[in-house]
Formats: sequence, structure tokens, C-alpha cells
Amino acid sequence: MRKSLHSLRAVVFILVLLLVWQLAIYRHPHQLLPGPLEVLAGITDLARHGLLLKYIVASLFRVTWGFLLAAVLAIPLGLTIGWYRRAEMAFNPIIQILRPISPLAWIPIAILWFGVGDLAAISLIFIGCFLPLLLTAMSAVRSTPAVYINAGRNFGLTPSGLVFRVLYPAVMPQLIVGLRITLGIAWLVVVAAEMIAVNSGLGFLIVDARNAGNRYDLVVAGMVTIGVIGLLLDLAMRSVERMPSLRWGYATD
Amino acid sequence: MTSLARSARWDRFYLPALAGVLFLLAWHLLVAWTATKVFPSPLEVERAIAELIRKSLLWSYIGDSLRRVAVGFGAAAILGIPIGLMLGWYPTANQVVNPVFQLLRPISPIAWIPIAILLFGVGDPSANFLIFLGAFFPIVVTSVNGVSNVPSVFRQAGRNFGLSPLLLLAKVIFPAALPQMIVGLRIALGIAWLVMVAAEMVAVNSGLGYLVIDSRNAGKRYDLVVAAILLIGLIGLALDVCFRKLETIRSVRWGFRHSA
Amino acid sequence: MSLMEASLPSTALATKLRAENVSMTFERDGNITAVLENINLEVVRGEFICLLGPSGCGKSTLLSIMAGFLSPTGGQVQIDGETVRGPDPRRIFVFQERGVFPWLTVEGNIGFGLFKMPRSERDRLIAHYIRMVGLQGFEKAYPLELSGGMKQRLEVARALAVNPDMLFLDEPFGALDSITRLTLRRELLRIWEAERKTIIFVTHDIDEAVQLADRVVVLTARPARVQSVVSIDIPHPRDISSRSYLDFRDGIFKQIGLAHQV
Repeated sequence: MRKSLHSLRAVVFILVLLLVWQLAIYRHPHQLLPGPLEVLAGITDLARHGLLLKYIVASLFRVTWGFLLAAVLAIPLGLTIGWYRRAEMAFNPIIQILRPISPLAWIPIAILWFGVGDLAAISLIFIGCFLPLLLTAMSAVRSTPAVYINAGRNFGLTPSGLVFRVLYPAVMPQLIVGLRITLGIAWLVVVAAEMIAVNSGLGFLIVDARNAGNRYDLVVAGMVTIGVIGLLLDLAMRSVERMPSLRWGYATD
Repeated sequence: MTSLARSARWDRFYLPALAGVLFLLAWHLLVAWTATKVFPSPLEVERAIAELIRKSLLWSYIGDSLRRVAVGFGAAAILGIPIGLMLGWYPTANQVVNPVFQLLRPISPIAWIPIAILLFGVGDPSANFLIFLGAFFPIVVTSVNGVSNVPSVFRQAGRNFGLSPLLLLAKVIFPAALPQMIVGLRIALGIAWLVMVAAEMVAVNSGLGYLVIDSRNAGKRYDLVVAAILLIGLIGLALDVCFRKLETIRSVRWGFRHSA
Repeated sequence: MSLMEASLPSTALATKLRAENVSMTFERDGNITAVLENINLEVVRGEFICLLGPSGCGKSTLLSIMAGFLSPTGGQVQIDGETVRGPDPRRIFVFQERGVFPWLTVEGNIGFGLFKMPRSERDRLIAHYIRMVGLQGFEKAYPLELSGGMKQRLEVARALAVNPDMLFLDEPFGALDSITRLTLRRELLRIWEAERKTIIFVTHDIDEAVQLADRVVVLTARPARVQSVVSIDIPHPRDISSRSYLDFRDGIFKQIGLAHQV
């Protein structure tokens, strides 16, 4: 009962905001910023022309590839570096210098190597996801209690047995959280990359709608869609965290 | 010097230095081996940086970027911390506002560019606004978490000693939440730095991000591109390190467990 | 120099574990700490030995060395005549901080060491040990749903399932309330009498040592040396208000230098 009351209040709050927004637009009629109703019209417009779905799929496609590629490479590498303290100390400075560099700064290089198109976008997403996942894996290994490793050795596990039967399960909760956060990063990067370097997708929609005729209703429609899809991606990952075989990792003692 | 101390020095300095040198060497060799005409070697990058210094562009660009980050991040902190504290203090308010945040957060600040330019025009204010957006949400979220993670025993003790709600907030909750908030600020600063680069690529005509894009557009000067990328990394790292020093101030050091 | 009491004829019983001049020093950031000094000990097969000493004296370190997780800086440990070089499933360590794997159910944990067995045999053993430690009904539960005492029982069951010769227990009941502790001590003795494993049990609780052990090895504060070895020849179950129990207890109190008045 309490929960539905809270949701109701949140919905009311959003409606109030939308109302304020709409009123502000009424008060200033001759300018380009759209009101919520225009945005809604814009969304249905895009949906009817099939463009909305097409752009969503294009963006998701790039995110999927860049994200998965980064995960498959960064996680095993990160687990290895985290395991061997020497490796971590050797590579840490390089990692710390690369970390503050926005993936978008690599756009010229990406275009140089891949030209304008999907591959460039995917490479940018890969760059944006690689280091966060690497760091997550390193941190997860380091925070695995030594008891688990020792118990595994005690029961006679081979090194590969230790990795697959003790290390991977132990780091999984932290990895999943890292994957969720990095997926959010990937979503941010894809939009930005599409605005600057590609010719399709939700980011491109925003840029194109403005350039091709100041269609700010479509611009905001694009933004809303981006927000909703990003939120859905986040919720999907959070539901993974609730799986019974992982829930142990998020229990507060 | 015991052998243990010697090996510690090796681990902490020589090993990463060795790794760095090998990295530069590999880079140089790759460039030479593939005989690429465009991608620069480490030496060319170093020469490009020297050129920037000679043309006195380096410091002015770095200054511009830092200034924008300072304004955007500063505004985000000034607005975000009180809002976060309030939302953390009144959980019901947070439950109402949070869904809006969750909807706005996945929207890359870059996606706001058209709106920003519409509202503020091309130039610094737009860039500042984007940086503000990027830093605002993380700051609010960590402030909220900082407050709600204060153990209830602290609140009870404060009330036990007869503190009014305002004093409780100022003298108990705020100091208790401070370590977590500082971590949040540091992370938000990192985000602000990332957004700055992107914002400068589209909205302004100076700064490190602009240098990246302009060097390519104005003449395929990839050596300048890579030089700019390197500078972005180094300065971003320097900002992070400086901020970490804040964590050693005695009044907050308790909240951070530093390895001995 | 062996410090075994004369009451046990050493030729008739097989020595399971022998510690010879075991010493351990730790180095950290240039500081050298001597933790163990010249430990000599012989443990007979099937014995229940307690290592007793104040907190931080090094008894956990000694146990880790015996189990093969640490290499001593001096001396050696031999089990069944072989020098110990690493951990082995024949001697299972029950850890002080809960060592049960949180991502596995009760069944999963108990079956952890049984991966070489055929499925039916493994399931049978798992069910057997669940019953033995009294965790029926919790087969599919995860450790986060169990109490501290149950987690400890789970860890013992996991250790027993692989049928080791030796068990090393490092203050396993330390984090539990005193009522649970009494219950678990009784269960541990019951299991020991049924399966007659060689058990080495670390504790700082004098009562616990006198209640459980055949022999109590009293260790000094750091750097730990063997102060004395006390043979407790009271048959189980031990009446903790009996004269002989209290005598042994007082004796050890005196050894450690504590008057029995608070």
C-alpha cells in the first residue's frame, strides 16, 4: 500500500513538472523550444514512420557489440592483472593516465582507422567500456577474501579449478554491478558518438533533426527516448543482481 | 637497506617505469613497422607539444578547459550538495524526485547540446551547462547516499544529546556523510572532465577538446590530436590525484581506509 | 625435544603429526616480527589436541603452518612421515572467518570437495553429512540465510565430507554466542568419537580446551613457545562441575599466570 502511494506521488510530481513546462511554453509562444505535447506528437510521428524503431535498433546494435567485445577482453585481463600484484603495479600508471580521457577524444583516430560508420562507433564504445571493466575486474579480485582461495586449495583444486569454481563465483556480484554501470557508460558514449561521427541512431536523430529544419520537437523526442531506453537497460541489469545465486553478494551483513 | 625494502622500490617505481618505457617502445616500433603516414610516433607527439608551447597555445587551451570545468563542476557542487542533503534527509522527497533523476541520468550531456545552444548560444555558457549536467546527477546521488548511509546510531546519539534537527544535520549528519560525499565529488570531477572534452568538441573554439577535433579538421595533424589526448589524460589524472589529497585531511581521514 | 607426557607409550600409537623446531618470523616493510619460536610437538593418530594461548600469540599461524598454508622460516612439520609442503584434502582446515562459499547452497558447499565422485555417491554423502550436523531442511538454503552457528556446522560438514585424516579448527566457535558454543562443542565431540579423526583445535578459551582436548598445548605470548603440555585424562562426557575438571582448569589458569579470582 505504501509503495503504491509513493509511486503515485512520483507520478504526480512528474505530471506537475510537465505542466509547468507546458505553461512556460504557452507564456513564450514564438520560440523554438517544444512543449511536452509537441514532444509526444514528435515521438508518435517518428514511430509511425518506422524511424524510431530503426534508430533504436541501430544504437542498441552498436552498444551491444562494443560492450560485449570490451567485456570479453577486459574481464579476463583484469582478473589476471588483479591476481598478480606485480602486474597491477606495473600497469597501474598507464591505466591511470588513460582513464580520464573521454572516449570521444578518440574520434579522430577512430575515423582515421575505420572511417565514418558503425565500426567507428563500436570502437568508441569499446574504448569507453574497456577501462571501467578492467578496473572493476581488478578490484573484484583484490577484494576476494583469501579464505575462499585457501579453502579451494585445501580441497585439492587445480589452478584452473580454483579460477572457475572459486574465483569467478566470488567476483561475479561485483562484476555484475560493474557491467551495469559500464552499460550505462556505453549508452552515453553511443549517443555522443552518433552525434559526432555517425549517420544513424538516436544521437544522429538529435543532430539531424536540428540541422535539417530546427525540429526541436524531434530533438527532445530523441532525448526522451534515449532516457527511457537507458533506464530500461539499467533496470534489466539490476534484475540480474536479484537472481538467487547472486543475491549473496549484495547482502548487507 | 634490507632486501625487502629494495624490492619494494623496484615494485613501485622501476616496474611501472619499465612498463611505460616498453609501451612507448612498442608504440614507436608499431608506427615504424606499419609505415603509416598519418599516425604519429611518440617523438612526433613530443615535438607537437613543444610546438604548442612555442605558439603559446598550450597554456591558454589548458586554462580554458580548466576554467570551464571549474565553473560547471562548481555550479553542480553548489547546487547538488544541498539538494542531495535535503533529499537524503527527507527520504519521502527523494522517492518522489528520484524517478525523474533516473529518467534524466541516462541522457548523455552531449545530447543536450542542441537545447543548450538554443538556450545559451554557442560558446562558454553552453559548455559550462553541459559540464554542469554531467556532474550534477552523480553529486546529488552520492550526497543522498552519504546521508542515508549514516548509521542511525549517530542520529540517535545526537538526539540523545539534545540537538535540534538543524544542528543535528550540521554537526552529525554532514560530517558523517562527508567522506562518501568527497568520493562522489571526485568521481563527478572525473565525469566533468570527460564531458568537458566532448562539449569542447562541438560547442566552443578553444580548449583541449577543441584541439583534438580541430587538429584533424584543419589539416590532419594527428600528432597534435594524440598530443591533445595525452594532455587530457595527464591533466585529468593530476586533478584526480589532487582531489585524493583531500581525503587525507584529518577531519575526514577516518572515513577512508588507506593501506599502510 | 619431545614434550609428550610419559603416560602415553609412544611405540604403541602411531605419530600422525610431528612439528620439529618450527619457527616463524614475518617481515613487513622492514620490520621483523618473531611469531613462533622452536615449537616441538608430536600428535598421535586419533588425538584431540588443543592449542591454547592468548590472542595474537601465533597459534593460528602455527595451525596454518601445520595445514600447509604457510611455510615455516625454521624447522618443519611432518605428517605421516612426509614433510608438509602445501594444503591437502587429507587435512582440512575449518576457518575462523566463515569460509563457507556464499554462492553455493548448503548442498553445494558440502559437495564441493566431492567433485571426483559419481553423482549418486555424492548425493548420498551430502545427505548423510547434512543429517550428521543437523541441517536437515536447509539443503537448498544459501549461507546468507543461515545463522552463525549453522554456517559453522556447514563448514564442518563440508570438511568431513571428503573424509580427511585430520581436521584443523581455528577458533571455529569464537564468533558465536556461548549457548551455541556449548552445543557445537558437544556435537564436535560426538562426531570425533564416531569418526576418530586427528583434530587440532586452536582456542583462547581455557574452558573450551579442557572440555574438548585429550591434551592441551599451552603456548606463551608472542613469540610463542610451548609452555607446557597438559594431558586431560577425564573420559567423555566430561562433567564441567566435577572436581577433576576444575583441577585441570585451575592448573592451566595457574600456568598462564592468572589467579582464579576476577
